[in-house]
Amino acid sequence: MTKSNERKLTIARAMAEATAQEMRIDPSVFVMGEDIGPLGGVYGNTRGLIEEFGAERIRDTPISETAFIGAAVGAAQDGMRPVVELMFVDFFGVCFDAIYNLMAKNIYFSGGNVKVPMVLMTSTGGGYSDGGQHSQCLYGTFAHLPGMKVVAPSNAYDAKGLMTAAMRDDSPVVYMYHKGLQGMGWLGTEAGATVHVPEEPYTLEIGKAKVVREGKDVSIVSCGMGVHNALKAAKTLEAQGVSAEVVDLVSLVPLDRDTIRASVAKTGRLIVVDEDYMSYGLSGEIIASVTEHDISVLKAAPKRVAFPDVPIPFARVMEQFCLPNPDKIVAAWDEMQAA
Amino acid sequence: MSPTREEQHWMYRNMVTSRRFEEAIAKIYFEGKSPAFNMANGPIPGEMHLSDGQEPVAVGVCAHLTPEDVVTATHRPHHQAIAKGVDLDKMAAEIFGKKTGLSGGRGGHMHLFDDDVNFACSGIIAQGMGPAVGAALSRKMQGKPGVAVAFVGEGAVNQGGWHEAMNLAAVWNLPFICVVEDNGWGISVAKKTASSIASHADRAAAYGIPGKRIEGNDPYAIFEAAGEAIARARAGEGPSLLECETYRLAGHFMGDAEAYRPKGEKDALFEKDPIPKMRERLLADGAASEAELDTIEEESAARVDAAIKFARESDDAAPEDALTRVFAA
Ligand SMILES: Cc1ncc(C[n+]2csc(CCOP(=O)(O)OP(=O)(O)O)c2C)c(N)n1
Ligand SMILES: [Mg+2]
Repeated sequence: MTKSNERKLTIARAMAEATAQEMRIDPSVFVMGEDIGPLGGVYGNTRGLIEEFGAERIRDTPISETAFIGAAVGAAQDGMRPVVELMFVDFFGVCFDAIYNLMAKNIYFSGGNVKVPMVLMTSTGGGYSDGGQHSQCLYGTFAHLPGMKVVAPSNAYDAKGLMTAAMRDDSPVVYMYHKGLQGMGWLGTEAGATVHVPEEPYTLEIGKAKVVREGKDVSIVSCGMGVHNALKAAKTLEAQGVSAEVVDLVSLVPLDRDTIRASVAKTGRLIVVDEDYMSYGLSGEIIASVTEHDISVLKAAPKRVAFPDVPIPFARVMEQFCLPNPDKIVAAWDEMQAA
Repeated sequence: MSPTREEQHWMYRNMVTSRRFEEAIAKIYFEGKSPAFNMANGPIPGEMHLSDGQEPVAVGVCAHLTPEDVVTATHRPHHQAIAKGVDLDKMAAEIFGKKTGLSGGRGGHMHLFDDDVNFACSGIIAQGMGPAVGAALSRKMQGKPGVAVAFVGEGAVNQGGWHEAMNLAAVWNLPFICVVEDNGWGISVAKKTASSIASHADRAAAYGIPGKRIEGNDPYAIFEAAGEAIARARAGEGPSLLECETYRLAGHFMGDAEAYRPKGEKDALFEKDPIPKMRERLLADGAASEAELDTIEEESAARVDAAIKFARESDDAAPEDALTRVFAA
C-alpha cells in the first residue's frame, strides 16, 4: 500500500462506515441505543448515521437497557437485524437478563428454529480515571456464557470487517470496542489503532485470530488494547535479543485455539495479557487451551499480565498500578527466565 | 411551610458554596488538559459532571434532613453532597484522587461515600434507588429514626430498577422520598424524546403515593414540597415522589460541546440562574441584608478555597493501596 492510497480511519469511523454501508443494502438493519442519534454515540461509532438514515432507523432510546436490548431480541427474531449499544459494558448489570437469558439462549431453546441476528456494541476499558463503574472490560464475563459470539478489535481495519461480519451473522454478536483505541478527540488514542481501511465493504471471519508479529522465543497473546501493549513489549524485547510473537485474538468467542496452540508450539513460551480481571477469565482460558492440549510444548510455566482482582480504582496512580503495560510484559519474560 | 430566615440563609450559603466548588473544580479540571484536551490528564482526570444550576433541589430537600437521614446520589453528586454536609475537604481530596479523600482515591467523583452523614452515590443510572429504599426499610425494622432520600435525574425514571424500588417503598410503606431532578436532558436525549409523559410526578399514581411536580427551579417551592413529603415519611405515612424542574447550566460532562441543545436554550437558562434570583428575593423580602449576603458569599468562597488547598496539598494515593479494602476489615 503506497502512502497516497492510504485511507486512515479511527475505529469509531470504521464502525460507523461499516454500519452505514450495510444499512444502505439491508433495510432490516437499524440502530438503537442511548445518545446514538444526533450525538453520534458517546464513542463516535454512530456518527453521521442519523443524518443519512433518519430517526426511524437510528433510534435514541430512553435509559432503559432491559427494554431496548430485550426489544432487539424480539425484533431480531421477527426479521430485523438490530444493532444495539450498551454505552459502557459496566452497565450490563441493569440488563443482563435480556443479554444472556434471551439473546444468548433463544436460538438454542428453539432448537435452531429461530435466528437472533443482532449486534450488541459496547465500550470497554479504562486507563483514564473513570472509576470502577466506567472502566471495566468484562471480556471473561461475556465470553463465559454460551450462545453469544464475542469480538474485540484492536485496530480500525479489523473493526470494520468485524462490524460487517457481525451484522450479517444470524447469531448474536457482542462487539466490545476499547475506549482507548476509539480515536475520540477528548480521550487519548493508541496510535496503532488508526490504520488504513478500504472503502468497499468487506468482512473479517469471526473466530479467527491473527499473528500480528512473528517471533520464535515467546508468544504474547492478547486482544484489544493488550495487543498494542504486547507489540511495544515485543520491541523492547527485540532490543534485548528476544524474538516475541504477538497473537491478536480478534474474537474471544469462538476462540481460535488452533492459532494460539500453533504459536506456542513454535515458541515454547506463553504470556497472556488481559485488561480484564485476572481470575476466572480470559487469561486462564488461554493458558488452559494450551496446557490441556499438549503441555510438552512448554519450556516454561506460562505467565499472565492481567488486572488484579480488585474493583478499578479512580486515582490515576492506583489505576495505572493495576493496568497491564509493556513494562509488566517485559518483566513477565524476565521472571520466566529467572524461574 | 416556608423556610425561616435562618433556613433561607442556610439554603443560600449551600447554593453558593456548591457553585463556588463547581467553579473551582471546572477551572482545575482544565489544568494539564490543554492544548490538547485529554480527559485522562491533569490533577482531576476522568469524567466530570457538574451541578451548576441544580443547587435549589439539593438545598430545598436537604434543609429538612439531619446527618442521620440517608441520601443516595448519582453521577452528578456535588451539590447534594454539600447540602447533606459531606466533609468538603475529604470530598475535594477524593475528586483529586488523594490519600486523604473520602475513600482514599478509590472512588472518585461519582463514588462519594461519607458514612458520617449517611451519603452514598452510584454512577449507574437509578441504582441509588434500591439502597435508599433498603435504608428506609432498615430504619423501620430497627425502629430507628430517619428517612431516606434518593436523588435521581429525570432520565433515571425510565429504568426498570426505578419502578421496582418505587413499588417496594410503597407496598411496604417506607420512609422514603424519591426526588427527581428534571434538567430536561439525559446527556443528549431530551426528556420529551425519552419519556411518554410530561410530568414524572404523575407516575406516583401507579404506586398509590403522593406525587408533586415543582416548576421553576425555585428553592422556596422545593423547600415547601420536600418539607411535606419528609414530614409524611417521618410520621410513618409512607413514601412520596417529587419532580423538580431544574437547569443544567454545564454540559453533561466537562468537554461536552452541547451541540444537541436548541440555539439560545443555554443563554435563556443563564438568565434564570437560581443564585442571583435567590439573592434578589432575600433582599426584596427583607430576609437578609446586603452585608449578610456578602458575608455568606465570602465565607463560602473561603470554605471552598480551603477545601481545594487541602486537596492539592494532600499526598497522592499510594499505588499499591489499590489492592486493599476490597473486603471489610
Ligand atoms: C444504567 C446506565 N445507563 C446509562 C448510563 C450512562 N449515563 C450516564 S449519565 C446519563 C444521563 C442521565 O440523565 P439523567 O438521569 O437525567 O441525569 P443528568 O445527567 O441529567 O443529571 C447516562 C445515560 C449509566 N450511567 N447507567
Ligand atoms: Mg437529566
